[in-house]
Amino acid sequence: MSMTTTAGHVHADPHHIGVVIEHPGPASKRIVTAYGFWIFLLSDIVMFSCFFAAYAVLSGQTAGGPKGSEIFEQRNVAIETVCLLLSSFTCGMASIAADVRNRFWYYLGMAVTCVLGVIFLIIEFREFADLIARGYGPSRSAFLTAFFSLVGCHGLHVSAGVLWLLTMMAQVFAKGFRADVLRRMMCFALFWHALDIIWVGVFSVVYLLGGGT
Amino acid sequence: MLGKLDWSAIPFDQPIPLVAGGVVLVAILAVLIWVVVKGHLPYLWHEWITSVDHKRIGVMYILLASVMLLRGGSDAIMMRIQQAVAYQSQGYLPPEHYNQIFSAHGTIMIFFVAMPFVIGLMNLVVPLQLGVRDVAFPTLNSVGFWLTATGALLVNLSLVIGEFARTGWLAFPPLSELSYSPGVGVDYYAWSLQISGVGTLVAGINLVTTVLKLRTRGMNYLRMPMFCWTTLASNLLIVAAFPILTATLAMLLLDRYFGFHFFTNEAGGNVMMFMNLIWAWGHPEVYILVLPAFGIFSEVVSTFSGKALFGYRSMVLATMAICVISFMVWLHHFFTMGAGPDVNAIFGIASMIIAVPTGVKIYNWLFTMYGGRIRFATPMLWAVGFMVTFIIGGLTGVLVAVPPADFMLHNSMFLVAHFHNVIIGGVLFGAFAGFEYWFPKAFGFRLDERWGKLAFWFTFLGFYVTFLPLYIAGMLGMTRRLQHYDVAAWRPWMFMAAFGMLILSIGVICQIMQLVVSIRNREALRDRTGDPWDGRSLEWATSSPPPVFNFAFNPDVRGEDAYWDMKSRARQQSLEHDEPEYQDIEMPRNSPTGFVCAFFATIMGFALIWHIWWMVILGGLGAWATFVVFAWRDHDEYVIPAAEVAAIDRVNLEERRSLVSMAGIV
Repeated sequence: MSMTTTAGHVHADPHHIGVVIEHPGPASKRIVTAYGFWIFLLSDIVMFSCFFAAYAVLSGQTAGGPKGSEIFEQRNVAIETVCLLLSSFTCGMASIAADVRNRFWYYLGMAVTCVLGVIFLIIEFREFADLIARGYGPSRSAFLTAFFSLVGCHGLHVSAGVLWLLTMMAQVFAKGFRADVLRRMMCFALFWHALDIIWVGVFSVVYLLGGGT
Repeated sequence: MLGKLDWSAIPFDQPIPLVAGGVVLVAILAVLIWVVVKGHLPYLWHEWITSVDHKRIGVMYILLASVMLLRGGSDAIMMRIQQAVAYQSQGYLPPEHYNQIFSAHGTIMIFFVAMPFVIGLMNLVVPLQLGVRDVAFPTLNSVGFWLTATGALLVNLSLVIGEFARTGWLAFPPLSELSYSPGVGVDYYAWSLQISGVGTLVAGINLVTTVLKLRTRGMNYLRMPMFCWTTLASNLLIVAAFPILTATLAMLLLDRYFGFHFFTNEAGGNVMMFMNLIWAWGHPEVYILVLPAFGIFSEVVSTFSGKALFGYRSMVLATMAICVISFMVWLHHFFTMGAGPDVNAIFGIASMIIAVPTGVKIYNWLFTMYGGRIRFATPMLWAVGFMVTFIIGGLTGVLVAVPPADFMLHNSMFLVAHFHNVIIGGVLFGAFAGFEYWFPKAFGFRLDERWGKLAFWFTFLGFYVTFLPLYIAGMLGMTRRLQHYDVAAWRPWMFMAAFGMLILSIGVICQIMQLVVSIRNREALRDRTGDPWDGRSLEWATSSPPPVFNFAFNPDVRGEDAYWDMKSRARQQSLEHDEPEYQDIEMPRNSPTGFVCAFFATIMGFALIWHIWWMVILGGLGAWATFVVFAWRDHDEYVIPAAEVAAIDRVNLEERRSLVSMAGIV
C-alpha cells in the first residue's frame, strides 16, 4: 500500500527522501485575509522606507534653518511614544475580547485605544502648528520637508486608523461578532501594531538620532 | 468655487486635440446610446460592471488595454510623422503639443496598456490554472480594475480639459516642479498614476495571496504551471515596487502643492533622489511587465510543441533570480549622472548578470521546441517572433549596460530603439500570444487563424522597419524627444521609421479584422470541449467559457502538467462513466463597490488636479462611505444548487468524453 502511494506521488518527492507533502488545498478565509493584509502591510512599510530614505538624505540640508536638535522637544515625544505603546496594549486587549465575544471589554479596549490615538495626534498636531507658527514649516528647508513628511505620513496613518477603529466599533455594535467582522478586527489590530513598529523607527531615526548635537 | 478651472482650460485654439477629443466623445456617446436603446444596460451592469468574477474582470482589463493601445498608438503615429517631416522646419506639431504627445505615449503605453494587459491575463488565467474558483479577494479585484480605469480616464480627460505633462513619462524634476511646469499637466500625470497605482497594488496583493494561499489539492509549488510562477514573481515585484512609485509621486506632489523641497533646486532639495527613487520602482517595473510574458511564452511553447517545458526547475529558478536581481540594477538608467566609476561598475555588472537568467529561459524554450511536434498556430508564431526579437533587444541592452558605451548612447534614439525592442518584442508580443491562446477559453470560440497570422507578420515586419532605423539614427548621434532637427543624415532613417509605422498600423487593422471576422464566424470556430489546443494545464480542464464557479470539483493534482496527466490517465484506464456526486457551490455575490469607489476616486482626482478642495472632500467621503456600505452588507455569498452545477457540468463532460474516447481509438 505504501509503495503504491509513493509511486503515485513520485513528483512530490524529487529528492527521494521519503517525505511526501501534498498541498492540502485552498486555505481558510481567515488565513487568506490575514495573509493578504500582511502583504499589504509589507508594501506600506516599503512606502515608509522611501520617506525614511528621503529623511536620511535630506536631514543635513537645513538651508540656514533650524537643526533637529533645536526644535525637537523630547518630553512631548516621550508622551507620544507612551501613548502609542499603551494603545497597542489596549488594542491587544480589544482583540482578545473580540475573540471571546466579550462586548464590554471590547468596547472599553477600543475606546481607550481611540483616546490614546487621539492624544497622540493632538500632541503631534500641536508640535506641527507650533513649528509652522515659528516660521519652521515644511517649506523652510529640505530637512523640514523630510521631517514633516515622514512624521506626517505616520500621523495620517494613525488618523486613518482612528477612523477605521470607530468604524469597527460601530460595526460590532450593529452586526455583533460575525466571522467577517472578526476578520476585519484582526486586520485592524495588525495595522495598529504595524503603526507602532513604524513609530519606533521614527522615534529612533528622527528624534533620538536627531535630538543629540 | 472651481479652483483653477475655467474656460481657458479647453484648447479652442488647438484643432488636433479638440477634434480628437470630440470624435472620442461622440464615439463614447454613440456607444452609450446604443447600449441604452438596445436595452443592454441592465445586462452590462449586472454581468460586467458589478462583476467580481475574475474572468470577467480579466476581460475588462484587456479591453481597457486594447482601447488604450489605440490611443497610445495614435500618439506614436503622430510622433513618427512629425519626425519624418520636421527636418529644417517646425513640422506640423508645435513643441508644447509634441512634448505632451511623447509624455502621454510613454505613460499610456506602460501604465494603461502593458500593465492592464498582463494583469488582465493573470486575472483571467491564474485561478483556472491553480484549479480554484476565484482569486483571494474578489471584490477588491473589482476595485483594483475600476481604479485603473479611473487613471486611464483622467489621462484622456487631459486631452480636452487642460493639458498633459510635457516632461516625459517619468516627469523628472526640476522640470516637473511648479516653477518650470506651472500648468496642470504634471498634476494630471501624477494623480492618474497615484489612483491607478492603488489599483495595481490591490491587484498585486490579490494575486500574490491567490498563488500562495489558494491552490487546489496537490498543487505543490513545483507543480504550478510556469505562468503561475511568473505571476507570483511579477506580483511580488508589484507589492515591493509600486509603493516606491506612490511615495515618490507623493513627494513630487507635496513639492508642487505645498512648496516642499524634496526635489527643488532651492533650500537643499535633491534632484538625484528623485532619479534613484523613481528608478528603484522603474526597473522592477520592466520585469513586472516582462515576467508574465515569459510565463505566457512558456505555456505556449510547451503546448504547441506537444512537450513538457524543458528545464522546468531552472525556469523557476531563473524567474525568481530575475525577481531579486531586478532590484539591484536601477542605477544603470543614469550612469551619466556622476555616481563615479566604482558605483557605475557595480551596477553595470549587475545589469549584465540579470541577462543570464533571461538567457537560461531562451535556451529552455528552444530545447522545449527541439524534438517536439511543433504546430505553428498564431500564438506560437508570436512566441517564435518574440524569441528572435527579444534576443536582439536583450543584446543591445547588455551593450548599454556597459557604462562607457552608455555615456555615448544615453538618451539617444538607440536607447529608444532598445526599450521598444524589449517592450514590444517581449511584453506586447507576449500579450498578443496570450490573447490568441486564451481567447477561446474566455469566449468559447477560437480566433480566425488567417487574419491572426497576417496580423503577426505585419506587426513583426513593421516592428523591424520602424525600430532598426532608430538604432542607426542613435548611432548617428540623434537624441530622443526631438521636435525638429537640422541633420540631413538622420532624415532617411526617420522616413523609413514612419514607413514602418504604416506597416505596424496594418498589423493593428488585421487584428481588429481578426476580431470582427471571428465574432461573425463564431459558430464555425466554436470550442465545445474546452480544450482547443490540446493543452497541458488546468484551465483547459473546464468548459470554454468556464462556468462562474470554474470547476464543479476542485481538481486533484498529481504532478506537473496537471491536465495532460489527467488526459493520459483517462486514455489508459477506460473512462469512468458513473456520475460524480455534485454539491452546492458558494460564490461571492456581485458588488458595485468597485465601480462606485472609482466614481468617487475620479471626482477626487479631478478635483485635486484643479484645486477644487470642497470636491476633494466630497470624493474622499464618498469613497469611505462606499466601503462602509460594503462592510455593512449581510449576505456576501450566494449558493448555486447542486442540480444546477450538475446540469452545467454534464454538457461539457459529454463533449470531453467523446473527445477522449476518440483519441483512445486512434
